[in-house]
Amino acid sequence: MNARVSLTTEGDVMAIALAGTWQVTEPRPSWTGLLGTQSPARVRPRVDEVDKWDSSLLLFLFEVQQWCRSTGAYCEMDALPEKIRTLLGQLVASHETSVPFDRSENFITTVGLATQEVMGKVRAIFHFVGECVLAAQQVVRNPQKFRWRDCLDEMQQCGAMALPIVSLVSLLVGVTLAYTGAMALRQYGGDIYVADLIGLSMVREMGALMTAVVLSGRTGAAFAATLGNMKANEEIDALETLGIPAVQFLVLPRLIALGVMMPLLALYANALGIIGGIIVAYGLLGIPPAAFWVEMLTIVDLSDIASGVIKAIAFGLIVGLSGCLRGLQAERSAAGVGRAATSAVVTSILLIIIADAIFAVVFNALGI
Amino acid sequence: MADPISTSATATAGPAIEVSRLTCGYHAKVVLKDISFTVARGEIFFIIGGSGCGKSTLLRHLVGLNQPTAGNVNFFGQSFTNADTAARRGLLKTFGMLFQSGALWSSLTLRKNVALPLEEYTALSPREIDEIATLKLAQVGLSGFEDYYPAEISGGMKKRAGLARALALDPAIVFFDEPSAGLDPVTSRKLDELILQVRETFGTTIVVVSHELASIFDIADRVIMLDRGEQGIIASGAPRELARTSRDPRVTEFLHRGDLLPQ
Repeated sequence: MNARVSLTTEGDVMAIALAGTWQVTEPRPSWTGLLGTQSPARVRPRVDEVDKWDSSLLLFLFEVQQWCRSTGAYCEMDALPEKIRTLLGQLVASHETSVPFDRSENFITTVGLATQEVMGKVRAIFHFVGECVLAAQQVVRNPQKFRWRDCLDEMQQCGAMALPIVSLVSLLVGVTLAYTGAMALRQYGGDIYVADLIGLSMVREMGALMTAVVLSGRTGAAFAATLGNMKANEEIDALETLGIPAVQFLVLPRLIALGVMMPLLALYANALGIIGGIIVAYGLLGIPPAAFWVEMLTIVDLSDIASGVIKAIAFGLIVGLSGCLRGLQAERSAAGVGRAATSAVVTSILLIIIADAIFAVVFNALGI
Repeated sequence: MADPISTSATATAGPAIEVSRLTCGYHAKVVLKDISFTVARGEIFFIIGGSGCGKSTLLRHLVGLNQPTAGNVNFFGQSFTNADTAARRGLLKTFGMLFQSGALWSSLTLRKNVALPLEEYTALSPREIDEIATLKLAQVGLSGFEDYYPAEISGGMKKRAGLARALALDPAIVFFDEPSAGLDPVTSRKLDELILQVRETFGTTIVVVSHELASIFDIADRVIMLDRGEQGIIASGAPRELARTSRDPRVTEFLHRGDLLPQ
């Protein structure tokens, strides 16, 4: 039987007889709908004939009570069972105390807070770099304390295991550059200069940059996720209570691994990019590989290779620092670990681009 | 530098831990205000209270994971809060901590987990370190699991391995953060017995954060009860004594919950 309500008026008192089954999953009568134009001075709800009830009944009674309050009518609740009156009391109390919390800030405060946050983040990066330098000093003084085995494991993970993806990306970058260059150079009969274009751009710029971007997505995110998870599991706290700095134990082996493997990977990427260029030059422009090589050597010298390697070392450290910093800053939750990984990739790519621009200016000034 | 354990810690009498006027909190939020208490040597001391009262916060401040806003924590008469880096490192050796989740380093085997503090703080040979790690794991009933990784063992075993690691340097104090959390009553009881055994064998001072009544009445020598509203200690003493004599409804309600108090 559905929820039913019958209203009977005796003098100025309206008796509200509730009956049937009141379930929140079923429709229930509306108090204002039942009342129509009537306006009793007193109402007296009764639930004697109710078979089964849940929050649905409470909501109806609450509606009655609220109507009485707004119209000044008297609501007689004495006839209701004690437990319904208690629940209704809780409903009224929670309704009165639940004030929506306004979290909005005015424009000036928002700008101020955002500025403070950015300054805090920059300070955290400098602080972290300082900690890494101090930890590196400790390692130089006391190399047997360094976790060489972890470092070698990380080298394998971020170096050898990254070879397939670095190979593919570098080869395709070489192919793309060669195609783009060939189209322009062919118009002027300078086909052979595609070798200079590929050689110089891969060795000075694209080899290190593309490897860094690949590793920031692959290794930087993995560092952040691993360290973030360790933080969530209190593993970092356990290190701290033993007086073992997390930077020395966890960060330094990863940083050194990336600092060593990144230039090697960049050199490998250079080679693959040039091979990609040779393939296109031979297939599209008919330039023999030997001619490509000889022409390339007229413009690419050791200083170009060195500038690429220096960039690669810096990019490697940036990827490692960003990944580890974001991992150590992660909130202690699954979502926090995810955010740390995303933030690590964004931070490292941003810093890589900034560093690349600085290198361009510095190398230009130094005439390298 | 002299080892604090050999100079001040064992040479003098007095409490193992002395907390004076400690104010704890995170950022601007104060959780506990102006609290003071002492823990005697060899005592099993429980920090109890309802959820959110600041038990774990207090523990994190005691072991130095968070810096207190005000006040001081002394271990064996030596200030830990205001210690310089070298003194602090010396004091860190005097205590071990068992974290709620065990906090074992997931990339290392149980043996390596226990060995790490020894590698960090001792000049023992790798073979000796290995032997001590095996012994510590045997003490907590994990013989045969030395080369397992944390992911390969159960929650109760992780806690025991965490305890073995906390005991690696034979510390004078061991802190436990909710040791019974997530454990069945039988495993929880076994962990309590292990705590008693550690105290009996080594005379270790034990500080436990818990709201597990069975453990409190079974093994605690003394408790302090924290309260969220008061932001401090509302009762201290032996648990059975407190349950019988306290007139504070918050204390009696907490300690009589579930009728676990032996009649």
